[in-house]
Parts: sequence; C-alpha cells; structure tokens
Amino acid sequence: MNNKSFKGWLYLLPAILFLGAFMVYPLVDVFVYSFEEGYNSASQSYFGTGVYNYAYVLRDGYFLQALKNTFLLVIITVPLSTGLALLISLALNSIKKLRELFQTIYFLPYVTNTLAVGLVFMILFKKTAYTDGLVNLVIAFFGGSSVDFIDGPYWAKMFVLCFYTVWVVLPFKILILTSALASVRQDFYNAARLDATPKWRVFTRITLPMISPQLFYLIITGFIGAFKAYSDAVAIFGTDLNAAGMNTIVGYVYDMLYGNSGGWPSYASAAAIILFAIVLTITCINLLVSRKHVYYV
Amino acid sequence: MKVVLEHLTKRFPSRNKKDKSEVVAVNDMSFEIPDGKLVGLLGPSGCGKSTALNLICGLETPTEGKIFFGDDDVTKLPPERRGVGLVFQNYALYPHLTVRQNILFPLQNLRGEAKLSKEVMEEKVLEAAKLVQIEQLLERKPSEMSGGQQQRVAIARALVKMPRVLLLDEPLSNLDARLRLQTREEIRRIQRETGVTTVFVTHDQEEAMSISDVIVVMKDGVLQQTGKPQEVYNDPGNLFVAKFLGTPPINVFDGSVRSGTLFVGEDAVMKVEGVADGPYTVGIRPEAFRVRDDGPLRCALETVEVMGRDTTIVSTHPAMQGVSIRSVISAEYAEGVSGGEVRFYLKTAKVHLFDPASGERVRFASAEAL
Amino acid sequence: MDNERIEAAAARRARVGRTLTYLFLVIWALIVLFPFYWMVLSSIKSYGAYNSEYIPQFYTLSPTLRNYVDAFTTVSLGRYFLNTAIFTVLTTALMLMVTVLAAFAFSRLEFRGKDLVFTLFLALMMIPGELVVITNFQTITNAGLRNSFTGLILPSVTSVFYIYLLKENFEQIPDELYRAAKVDGSTDFRYLTRVMIPICRPTIITVTILKVIECWNSYVWPRLITDDARYFLVSNGIQEIRENGFGRENIPAMMAAVVVISVPLIVLFLIFRKKIMAGVSRGGTKG
Repeated sequence: MNNKSFKGWLYLLPAILFLGAFMVYPLVDVFVYSFEEGYNSASQSYFGTGVYNYAYVLRDGYFLQALKNTFLLVIITVPLSTGLALLISLALNSIKKLRELFQTIYFLPYVTNTLAVGLVFMILFKKTAYTDGLVNLVIAFFGGSSVDFIDGPYWAKMFVLCFYTVWVVLPFKILILTSALASVRQDFYNAARLDATPKWRVFTRITLPMISPQLFYLIITGFIGAFKAYSDAVAIFGTDLNAAGMNTIVGYVYDMLYGNSGGWPSYASAAAIILFAIVLTITCINLLVSRKHVYYV
Repeated sequence: MKVVLEHLTKRFPSRNKKDKSEVVAVNDMSFEIPDGKLVGLLGPSGCGKSTALNLICGLETPTEGKIFFGDDDVTKLPPERRGVGLVFQNYALYPHLTVRQNILFPLQNLRGEAKLSKEVMEEKVLEAAKLVQIEQLLERKPSEMSGGQQQRVAIARALVKMPRVLLLDEPLSNLDARLRLQTREEIRRIQRETGVTTVFVTHDQEEAMSISDVIVVMKDGVLQQTGKPQEVYNDPGNLFVAKFLGTPPINVFDGSVRSGTLFVGEDAVMKVEGVADGPYTVGIRPEAFRVRDDGPLRCALETVEVMGRDTTIVSTHPAMQGVSIRSVISAEYAEGVSGGEVRFYLKTAKVHLFDPASGERVRFASAEAL
Repeated sequence: MDNERIEAAAARRARVGRTLTYLFLVIWALIVLFPFYWMVLSSIKSYGAYNSEYIPQFYTLSPTLRNYVDAFTTVSLGRYFLNTAIFTVLTTALMLMVTVLAAFAFSRLEFRGKDLVFTLFLALMMIPGELVVITNFQTITNAGLRNSFTGLILPSVTSVFYIYLLKENFEQIPDELYRAAKVDGSTDFRYLTRVMIPICRPTIITVTILKVIECWNSYVWPRLITDDARYFLVSNGIQEIRENGFGRENIPAMMAAVVVISVPLIVLFLIFRKKIMAGVSRGGTKG
C-alpha cells in the first residue's frame, strides 16, 4: 500500500472502528441471534437453529398487541400530522405579520425532551383521586362524561398517544413544508393569477406538484418514524407498556431485551427483523406510488 | 386596444423599517400606447420600468393615477380580470406540465359563458403553438427545451387566451447573444401577425430600438421621452436620453457658446444661432465626425480600429468627459489617419447642446459647420 | 360602478379569510404552548394547593419555589443533569472528531477503495438503530461496561449522516485552495484545521447543535445500559422520578423537574433559532 492510500485510511480509521463495532457487526449478529432458538442471556445457551424465534414472536399475544397498536398509530398519525402540517404551513405562508413568532412557537416541541413533556400530557389527561384532570373537566363542561385517558378504555389511551405523537412530530413537518412552500417561485403564482386561475386549482395544479418531493419525503420518514414509535408511549404510560396494553413493536423488542421480562435477545432480534421487514415493504410501496405522483425537478 | 396611463405614481414603503420615507418607483407618469403597436419600455435597472409593467398588468396597484384599456378604467381591476398576457423574465413555465398542458392552462380556467369545449381548446393550443413554431414540441417538458424554445412556449401561453394587451418582461435577457437577435425578430413577427398591443420591458437600448414602434425611456421612475426610436435618437430631449441611446454612445464635452460660435474646449467648431452665450454640455454622436486636415476639432489620436466597412477612431480631447472619444468613419476617409493629432469637422445635425446644470436640451435655430 | 363592487367584494372575502387564518394559527399556537404553560404553572403551586384544587386553577396567587428545591434535594436531579452534560459534551466532541476526519478523507484525499467504502457508508444510513441496539446491548454488557460513561458514549458516537453532510460541504471548497496550500508547503492536516474547518464552520455548528439535541433527549440507549441511578441521564431520571421519585402524587415537584430539564434546550433554541431551524430542515429528523 502506498503512502497516500495509507494516509486516507488513517483518517478514516476512527469512523471505521466505530461503525464496524457498533453498526456492521451488530447488523450481522442480529440475524444470527434471530435464528438461534431460545437464546438466553443468563445461561448463554440456545437449543437449536431455525425459525422458532419468529414463530414464537408471531404467536406472542404481547407482540400481536404491539403490532396492532403500532399499525393503528401509523394509520392515524401519519395522514393526520402530514395534513395538519400542510394546513398550518399554508396558513403560515399566507401571512406576513407575526409569521416568525408563530414559526418559533410551532418549532418548540422539537427541542423539548419527549419524556419530560409527556409527563405534562399525562397529567392533563389523567384522572386521579384528587381531580379528574383538566381535559376531563373540559369535556364535562361541554356536557360529556369523563374518561380516564391513561388507565381507561383502549380508544381513550390510543387517542392520547396519537395526540401526543402528532404534537411531537409536527414541528419537523411544518418546518419542511413551510420552506418548501416558500421556495415555490412567486412568478408561478403571478402567472396563474393573470390567467384567472381559481384558488383550488392553483393549489392542486401548481402548489401540490411543486412541493410534492418534500411532501413525499415527509410521508416516507413519517411512516418510518411512526413504525418505530416508543418514547412517546413510555412518556405517557410509563415503562411497563405491556401492562398498559399500549406497547409498540420497538417497545416489545426492548422489553424482550431488558427489564423484568428481558433476557431474550433472540426473540428481540426476530421482532426487530420483522419490524425492519414491515418498514422496508411499506417504504417500497411508497416509492412505487410516488413514481406516478411526485414531480422531481 | 389602446392603453393610457394617467399621472401614474407608485410609492413603496422603504425596505429599511426604521426609515419612514418611501421609495418612489414610478413618478407621475403619463403616456398613451396606440392600439396594435409594439412599445419598448426602456431604462437602466432600477428605473421603475418593471413596476410600470406590473401596474399595467395589475400585479401592483398604483398609489395615484389611472390606467385605461381603451375606454375602460382598469385601475382597480384585479389582474385576472384585465385580460392581459404576461411573459415573465424567466418564463415561469410550470415545470411539471408538458408544453401542451402549459399552454392549455389558461384556457381551462375559463368559466361560465367563456367556457370552451375540449376540441376548441385543443384547436387554440395548436394554433398558438403554430404561431410561435413549436407545434412539434408539444409533449416535451420545459426542462427538456432550450431557453429560446421555452421563451416561445411562454409567449404561446400568454397569447392563447387572446389577451387585450401582451406584456413581456425582459424577454431576451436569459438568451445568449445569437438567440437574442433571432428571438427579437420573432417577437416582432408574432406581434405583427396577431396585431395585439404589446409592451415589453428592457434595459438594452439596441433591443428596444431595433423592434419597437415606439420607445418609452425612463429614469428614476420619471418618464424621459417617448417617440419612434429614430426620432428619439435623432432628437433627444435631455442628456440622459442622448447618452442612453446609441452604440457606441454619444461623446460628451464641456463647451460654451460665445457670440454665436460654439466652442469645444478652446476649439471653435460650429456657428450657431438662437442660443444664448454661456457654458454648455456638448453631445456629439460618433457618426458626426468627419476627418479633415484643417478640421476645427483637434484631438490626440489613440488607436484606429478597423472593422470592415466602418472604422472607429479612438482619440482624446482636453474638454471631453469620460476617458476617450469614439468616432465612426467610413473606412475610405480614415486611411490617411496616423500618428499624433487627428482633426475633425462636425455634421451639425448630430451635435446637441445641453444645459450643464439640468441636462435639458437647448435647441439652436440653425447651425453651420466650420 | 361594476368594477368597484367586484373590488369591494374581493376585499371583504380577503379580510374574512385572513381573520380565519390567524384564528387557526392562534389556536394551534395555544395547543403547542399550553403544556409548557401548564408545567410552569404547576411547578410553582405548592403541594397542598395543587392537590386541593379539584378544578385546577389557571393561575396561582401564591407561587413558590419550594418544588424546585425539592426537585434538587429529594431526588438526584443535579446528578442527572451533570451526567447528561458529561454525556452530551463527550459524545458530541468524539463525534465531531471522527466525522471531520472521515469527511476529510472522503472529500479531499485519494486512496484505493474510497468509492467502495463510501458506498458502504451510504448503505449504512438506511439501517435503523433498532436493529443494532440488541447486539450493542450484549456487547457492552459482556464487556462489563454497563453503568459507565464508556458504555453510554461509545455506541452513541457514530453518525453516518453527519459524515455525509460534512463531506458534501467540504467538497464545495474549490480545489485551488488545496493546491495553493500544497504549494505553500502546508500539510494535509494543517490544511484541514486551518482552511476547511474555518470555511465550513456553519455546517459544523449545525451538526454540533443537532447532536447536542439528540444527546440531551436520548432515552432508549441510556435506559438499556444503566440501572444504577448514579448514571441516569435526565430522560431516565424523569422516568425514575415518575415511578419512584417523590411518591406518585407530588406532581408540582415532578413538574419542577420537567421545567428544569426542558429549559436548557429551549434557551439554546431561542439563542440559535435560525441556525437550528436551518440545520434541522437540511438534515434532521426527530431523535
């Protein structure tokens, strides 16, 4: 190896060491784990190789619950948050006064600690011996009956989780869409205006196609992010998500790995790979759909 | 459609928020664009010509004054109801639509009585495409076309809805030099064929002079002069207009009139009548110079640039403003010129006097070369 | 006149539209801000006052800082804070070193196998962290590094994306500068530190800020790798406080802790607002 090549590799060495030890090796290893049947951390032993881990996970009630929760979360929050972000960005884009102030406020959730603010949400929604919680009082004010959103019925818990998730993911989406909208050249709007183009037609025929790459980027990352939901759920329902019935796939993986129900890395690996396969499939479908509908410059 | 601007003024708030003063982009401008003419709105950048264009199409509303299309007062009419076609400087073609869809776009907006059937729309698109000669490119996307082709599409899109007035904002600025010549002929042809009243904005005097029926010269938001290109060139109203039109530009000297004789520096160059004595700024067109061994205007020769038919003599004079004098002479008369001094006499029609303080033209009754 | 009527109608519609737009924006701003208001409000209500309000008050007439004292004395909030600060600073510093060196190698140096390695790096960007966490957990556990800063920091250092971002930025520096530096007898390393890093400072700052946010809010890895409260970061600390801290009912003290944890990043954000928002739109996703 000549001197020049040596120098290049030398500069790369730290990155390669870190990536090799903490990304490449684990990536291979997770597949190995997932086929080592019933590997147990405590005894460091397993009883065979095969697809037993996958079969076990797919029959595990907790996993199925997590799968259901995650899919519901994805189906509800991705369209809702993207649509809401689009509405807010359009509104932001149409005003001049106070625009920066609104942008700053809307971005705040991005820089807050998910776990910390989740506690506030829990308090707002929770019923305790002392109080029904602010949200319930508001419901009561409008004549509804109170619900325990944290320990109550499934739909109520799902509602809080979705609400909090949307609250957390919106800043990023608003930011991306606002700058996408701002980058559409004013000329296009002027041209459309001179041609007496109705507003809805300007939106569907000009604005939407122009921002479609960013919109599509948000939908893809939105799907991926929502499938990997975990911290939001912990923030609201605490670490024992299985007991709350609100576990997510990622939560299931971690629970298999660590904690009271932990010590089963091979089940965790199988679950993680199943998740990865789901995300990959959905992303591929997204990419296929986008070919038709996304306009790239 | 005749377009009339009456005492049009547009003021913008200053960009600097603390500064309460306003920027006057267009100041008390009045002129009339005759029906079916091609008008060049001309001026250096920042002179308010684009604002004037935006006022005509309605993207800006005037602070004061009125705009008429024919007898219609359109001053307060929103742009979409004025029936104007605008070609943007960078064309503003919708990049995600094909050429056909781009041209179709304005037609699809028509509602109510004006609504067209699909067949009619297709027909009109084809007609417009033929007019600008892009009918073989209808299925392309804008990004797959050259600048010149995009320009034509933009014109077709502006024309397809039969506008009362066609406006072009710096239509040639994004094209290379060769295409620019070709396209400006093209614009002339399209305008003649359609007969639509057309206004185009440019900072390039050559471009404006070459194709306009009428040019409108602006500076700092104020209208300087309007008229046929050649008339404005031959008879500039002030020093700015004289300097702005013409390539090479007019040569400017410090001069004076003393008892009926015009001096450039200390050289007595012309007899003039009907002008008061006093200092003047003297503008002499490059083509006004004639070489003669005993000519009254004595210049120091710098270089002689021979370019085929014409020759440019570059020289200096103690009373000149600027760095050199450029004079354009037929090649045959320039042959004897070499070394040291070169002497000229002047064609009087190409010599203009201006008030040195205001820059306003001072006309003389008659003149005789010396 | 007809034109004037049209004009007036359009102006009226525009006014109504604008009012509705602002109303919508204000409502969402309130939804965003309300939790922050509520946590500050609750944190300055006394324990007794808070629990006696069946209908929570939207203001308090007797604010107290007692809860903040509790937050730092009853549970080891100070310790969590210090841990997070150490973790954030060390991880970010290490990440910067590794990233800058790698980006420099990719953008400026010529060596055999460069394109292949870079392609592999890009491929790694697609790998979700959840897949590799399992083995990393085993690796760190087996190495006996649980409940240690080494165990916390090492797997958190790598960021392929930042290498990519910085490499793109480095490549925008014209070749002439490199050749000029070479002619002047400057070494590669000197060129990196004296020319490239100063020129690309905005991107480096962006990357730093993004990493700091990421570190400050990280939860999953610290949770897996620490069960000794002496090594908790704020995210784990807040979970700990919630489950075992003040007793579940002392919500004002809990909110005081939440405020203390949230403030540093919000202050950082308000100072570097433009930089952070530009940086995030260029290359951030949550977490």
